[in-house]
Amino acid sequence: MQDTTEALDEVVVLFAGDSGDGMQLTGNQFTNTTALFGNDVSTFPNFPAEIRAPQGTVGGVSGFQVKFGSHRLFTPGDEADVLVAMNAAALKANFDKLKKGGVLIANTDGFDSKNLKLANCADVNPLQAERMNEYNVQAFNFTQLTLDTLADTVIPRKEAARSKNMFVLGLLYWMFNRSMEPTERFIETKFRKSPELIESNLKVLRAGYHFGETNEAFAHRIDVKPAELEPGVYRNIMGNQATALGLIAAAKKSGLELFYGSYPITPASDILHELAKHRNFGVKTFQAEDEIAAVASSIGASFAGSLGVTASSGPGIALKQEAIGLAVMLEIPLVVVNVQRGGPSTGLPTKTEQADLMQALYGRNGEAQMPVVAANSPQEAFDAVYEATRIALEFMTPVMFLSDGYIANGAEPWKFPKAADLPELKTQKISEVPSEGFLPYKRNADLVRSWAVPGTKGLEHRLGGLEKDELTGNVSYDPDNHEKMVKIRAEKVANIANHIPEQTIDQGPESGEVLILGWGSTYGAIKTAVAQLNQEGFEVAHAHLRYLNPFPKNLGDLLEKYNQVIIPEMNDGQLINIIQAKYSKVCVPLDKIKGIPFTANEIKEKVKSIYPES
Amino acid sequence: MSETIKVPKLKAKDFESDQEVRWCPGCGDHAILKQVQAAVAEIGVAPENVVFISGIGCSSRFPYYMNTYGMHSIHGRATAIASGLKAARKDLSVWIVTGDGDSLSIGGNHLIHLLRRNFNVNVLLFNNEIYGLTKGQYSPTSPLGLNTKSSPMGVIDHPFNPTALALGADATFVSRVIDRDPRHLKKTLIEANEHQGTSFVEIYQNCPVFNDGVFSNYTERGLKEEHTLYMEAGKPLVYAKETKGIRLNGLKPEIVDLTTGEFSADDCLVHDPTDRTLAGILSRFFDKLEDGGLPRPFGVFYQEDRFRYEEALQLQIDEAMASKGEGDLDALLAGNNNWVIQ
Repeated sequence: MQDTTEALDEVVVLFAGDSGDGMQLTGNQFTNTTALFGNDVSTFPNFPAEIRAPQGTVGGVSGFQVKFGSHRLFTPGDEADVLVAMNAAALKANFDKLKKGGVLIANTDGFDSKNLKLANCADVNPLQAERMNEYNVQAFNFTQLTLDTLADTVIPRKEAARSKNMFVLGLLYWMFNRSMEPTERFIETKFRKSPELIESNLKVLRAGYHFGETNEAFAHRIDVKPAELEPGVYRNIMGNQATALGLIAAAKKSGLELFYGSYPITPASDILHELAKHRNFGVKTFQAEDEIAAVASSIGASFAGSLGVTASSGPGIALKQEAIGLAVMLEIPLVVVNVQRGGPSTGLPTKTEQADLMQALYGRNGEAQMPVVAANSPQEAFDAVYEATRIALEFMTPVMFLSDGYIANGAEPWKFPKAADLPELKTQKISEVPSEGFLPYKRNADLVRSWAVPGTKGLEHRLGGLEKDELTGNVSYDPDNHEKMVKIRAEKVANIANHIPEQTIDQGPESGEVLILGWGSTYGAIKTAVAQLNQEGFEVAHAHLRYLNPFPKNLGDLLEKYNQVIIPEMNDGQLINIIQAKYSKVCVPLDKIKGIPFTANEIKEKVKSIYPES
Repeated sequence: MSETIKVPKLKAKDFESDQEVRWCPGCGDHAILKQVQAAVAEIGVAPENVVFISGIGCSSRFPYYMNTYGMHSIHGRATAIASGLKAARKDLSVWIVTGDGDSLSIGGNHLIHLLRRNFNVNVLLFNNEIYGLTKGQYSPTSPLGLNTKSSPMGVIDHPFNPTALALGADATFVSRVIDRDPRHLKKTLIEANEHQGTSFVEIYQNCPVFNDGVFSNYTERGLKEEHTLYMEAGKPLVYAKETKGIRLNGLKPEIVDLTTGEFSADDCLVHDPTDRTLAGILSRFFDKLEDGGLPRPFGVFYQEDRFRYEEALQLQIDEAMASKGEGDLDALLAGNNNWVIQ
């Protein structure tokens, strides 16, 4: 049979199925394979908060979107070229994301009357709806095909049906002309204790591939050439993993032991899982009894001279805030990772949001300033958390590091650095009594005190949460001293602006009509939108903040260089309030509070809506 | 706990800080401070290797008065902070100073988890059955019916029994002492320090301002003889100048009179701090004598040797390093699947 091949620059595939259908695994395998092939990739897993949500319902649909291309990518895409729908609910939940004329691969077994009912499809099979004429629908009973493939094996029927995702994965490898080898290796490792499962999964994967080969419906193949990325060695990395590696690297480069106190919480737990694997780096992970113990134990470890780190998501950070205030008062290094999710309260545990900026800046009692650093993509989380650690160690302060669910679970290729090329990290540790005597709260020119660690003779001292005397650190209730200390602590944080880079323009003109000022995980959508807008002739620039406290010194001047400033945020307008208050510049809000990231189109539309008519 | 390097003989005075002690005159804390300073000096650990961590409350001012490393932290969290500290630095001698409000109310969760993990630290729980620093509200150890500012019609919260709670959390060293018996206090502190694991020391401490005399049954001549039972390993449980003893009738403990000739010390229960069941029974000597209860036991209820969290953690690190080699950052950053863009 003759097949035809179409060449495309980029493709978006959206895998959708029931929570038990293995869509996350399928998506991850497809991503790894295509990244190894040399495509740039960007992913967006989207799954329900329930571990086993009611089967077959829209609430139980788990999705994994991956965009891959032959050029640099910054988002997982606005619309899908290919939608895999394992059941009626998956189609219902994701149909609006499929591009007109796109390919729909559907498992007809998931569209029987029971599934239609569970998905509230009123017994009308959406696969047969008239609007489907506008799409390339490829509907097959993948469950049956899988069962037939395994008919001669010892695998029980129910177990056999579970590997239907491998059939679909094989089919997609055929469609995109990708090697099955990376997934074959994965199957061999994953099921190494069960040779029958290795055999059956490999069999189904290959059957799916051959099904594409022999079925005329799939004669049309799509070719996406490797991307022209910056030369170098790459790997695929997820945001939480990058955060974990950044922390290990920072500990290693600063010569400190990493202590990570944490309580499991979505979507931050994977950092704990990753760190727990690396005991051979001397990493001490401590699964505490609660969020407060997690931060408190990290403060104890920092006091003892380790690099103390704690992490959580919004609700857990709220619980930690009193202790973070203690770290502000003690002036000891501490990194607090907040992988933000939809709030308030329990909110949307598995969905992304940027609504903890105010909490990071102002969430503690009293005047308790702390630096805030935000990551902007999965791979960039490595550099950003490394930088957060640098600030904590150099300035003897807790630092809030903001990530979010989108960064945490998203993946992209990473041109990883060499250990030797990472910036050196210095600490304020002292190992003996200074010649002028030891005063625990004596400061250097940057208002930073020394780090005197237990075990060091002659530096014994007592710290606490009570207000302290300017130099000795002894308890002081003196009114003038309190005001002075509040100002000193604030000034110390403000002065960090002298030790961070000035704000740069990521893309677009250095001055002009519109500036889009972003922070955090909106980076990819803004970058993609601005590139397209510039091509279309709009005078639009993009600046992306890594430092949210203190801001880069030149930020106020930079804002003045544009007639209009748009601030897109996945919240109800937090950065915009801070910017407007600080720089008296009226900005244009662009808020999205749906638990899902911006699309590039949404940013473009906003720019066009405020752009002056020529 | 102990394991730190021995140093030339130090005196209690070497552990006094330059800070003026600010507890109320007559407060039991003064006596405890003195005995802790004496005990730490006697243990022979260098001041720079000692860390005192406290929470919030009157007792939690303690670290300021010790010439060691110290942290007066936040309410209820001393146990959690000390856990991280000890996990990070198992070489340090770590002492937690806390109160009945700090550790049994706001910090109750951290206390039980500290005990089950069995970090090699000492917990000194100053129990005065009242909230002193906030000026006189009832605490989780206040007896039922107590009239306080926050319980004008009497306390209706059933009180905690701290030693029973510690045993319930699988503590490996559980003891009770009292501020007015300095010799026994110091001796128990030294035993607590020698114990490898979390040593729980409940210290009855009189608050002369808000709850004066609450422990007078155990301190006043003419009362304490009848009301207190000092437990010593291997010795029969006799008290009141050996005129009374405790024996088990089935599983039920009862007082026997040793003066009539019907019973002798040989009939009495012999204290064995390694016996968990016995410790459970003794910890339940909690009702007042006048309410038909038994004398209040002092000393070590229970002691067992169990692995310490920080040692197990270090073992895992050593094992990982032995099997995988010391972490290579370049290999970690590279991961297992790479591709090259030319």
